Amino acid sequence: MSYSDKVLDHYSNPRNVGSMDKSSQDVGTGLVGAPECGDVMKLQIKVNPQTSVIEDAKFKTFGCGSAIASSSLATEWVKGKTVEEALQIKNTEIVKELSLPPVKIHCSVLAEDAIRAAIHDWKKKNGVEAKAPATAEAHQ
Amino acid sequence: MSTDVKTIPQEQHIAPNGIKLPIYMDNHATTPMDPRVLEEMLPYFMEKFGNAASRNHSFGWAAEEGVETARERIARLVGATTKEIIFTSGATESDNLAIKGVAEMYKEKGNHIITAVTEHKAVLDTCKRLEKYGYRVTYLPVQKDGLVDLDDLKRAMDDKTILVTIMAANNEIGVLQPWAEIGKLCRERGIIFHTDATQAVGKVPVDVNKQNIDVMSISAHKMYGPKGVGALYVRRKNPRVQISPIIDGGGHERGMRSGTLNVPGIVGLGKACAIATEEMPKESCHLAGLRNRLRDKIMGRLDEVYINGTMEHRLPGNLNISFAYVEGESLLMGINDIAVSSGSACTSATLEPSYVLKALGTGDDLAHSSIRFGLGRFNTEAEVDYVADRVVDTVQRLRELSPLYEMAKEGVDLKSVKWAAE
Repeated sequence: MSYSDKVLDHYSNPRNVGSMDKSSQDVGTGLVGAPECGDVMKLQIKVNPQTSVIEDAKFKTFGCGSAIASSSLATEWVKGKTVEEALQIKNTEIVKELSLPPVKIHCSVLAEDAIRAAIHDWKKKNGVEAKAPATAEAHQ
Repeated sequence: MSTDVKTIPQEQHIAPNGIKLPIYMDNHATTPMDPRVLEEMLPYFMEKFGNAASRNHSFGWAAEEGVETARERIARLVGATTKEIIFTSGATESDNLAIKGVAEMYKEKGNHIITAVTEHKAVLDTCKRLEKYGYRVTYLPVQKDGLVDLDDLKRAMDDKTILVTIMAANNEIGVLQPWAEIGKLCRERGIIFHTDATQAVGKVPVDVNKQNIDVMSISAHKMYGPKGVGALYVRRKNPRVQISPIIDGGGHERGMRSGTLNVPGIVGLGKACAIATEEMPKESCHLAGLRNRLRDKIMGRLDEVYINGTMEHRLPGNLNISFAYVEGESLLMGINDIAVSSGSACTSATLEPSYVLKALGTGDDLAHSSIRFGLGRFNTEAEVDYVADRVVDTVQRLRELSPLYEMAKEGVDLKSVKWAAE
């Protein structure tokens, strides 16, 4: 398997690695995937309660290089967006940005799921009405 | 021992400590050719180009002489006679010929074949095909250490059993099956015992008589010989085993395998066997030393590292380890100047983790985290040290990145987590 330069870059220098306090009111945590499947992503967002802007994002991923790159990229993209804007991020955009081959598309799907799960968690915690259901959108 | 591998077809660079990179440590996939093997083969491409079946001129005689010398050398390495060695294109063909050949020849006697779930696909898929033709196949499970249970084998045998095919050494985890005992059980019941010894011949002592082997597959490129050539041992006495050919034609190899012989390849296989006969005791000791050094250096510095398969009955150059909380393909990416393999699904075409590790009862999570190190003749202690350092550093880095490692450290029982499906 050969990797694109962008995947290699995110793998070697992953952005926003780390963890935030998941009990904190302004932190949303998404944990998706399963160890048996070879991919688990944890993506966390810190949201400004006034503006709904995602001020910080962190991730940790167990998975292949493409899974690490997809989640690293996802943290970069959600930062600075409002939660509603972040919900518009599509896995296909991740595929395009990282030039993922067809067998790695599931990595991008998982990253999109992780974003949604983190936002869903934050909304639930803060009693924000879910405008977009976390998992209703069809994936590619 | 020469470490002067003349041709590695990859761009080389030199590490600060003088080690040539990339390091090849995937000797179960294939081995580099020994320069002595190449040297012996070269005349058979140009000067001695004759067809070994040409009986009426010197070109043919020269080729035939090369082939017969090779036959003697192979026979000597495994305790056989020259008439019991059939040349093939490799171990996959040998496995096909052995299993299909015995099944066809003995179909009047019975239709039952016994094999094991951890066999190579060349055996498993051949057995599956025979099932379509009305044969009955028992796939024995293996124990946690990777070995078949002889009682399971005994129970599986019935009066319709014509063939037991169990590998000598496993290609992923390197475990050595109790072939002599399996052979004995077969002999007592008049069942033919075939073993795929691709990984074993040239690495550990093989004696077809002491180990009660009736049919045995051999490959050249796993023991520093060329690709595209192998052999099948077929017992001629006590008992005489007969096999039907799967390739028909000019009646070469006593009718068992037609087709003009690959003379340079066969000469190379012969030389590889001659070297193995001479050097195996010293080499296996050297390899086991390097392998244990690698194991100790890795396991001394990392926790939650698990060896797959028994260490007690194992090829000297094999180490198969699972690094918990780290996915195999990402680990391979991190050690990209080292050539090894992983049982991770991400490295396979099927997106399924290693069926061999699953058969041991290794969870899918640990199967995804496995790395196979295959040490060989040309690996050095300095390379082992470099590999151990790179592996430890990369595993530590990836564990810092792993949510599973974090959860485990926090005391979360990962088995109790209800994971969201993708």
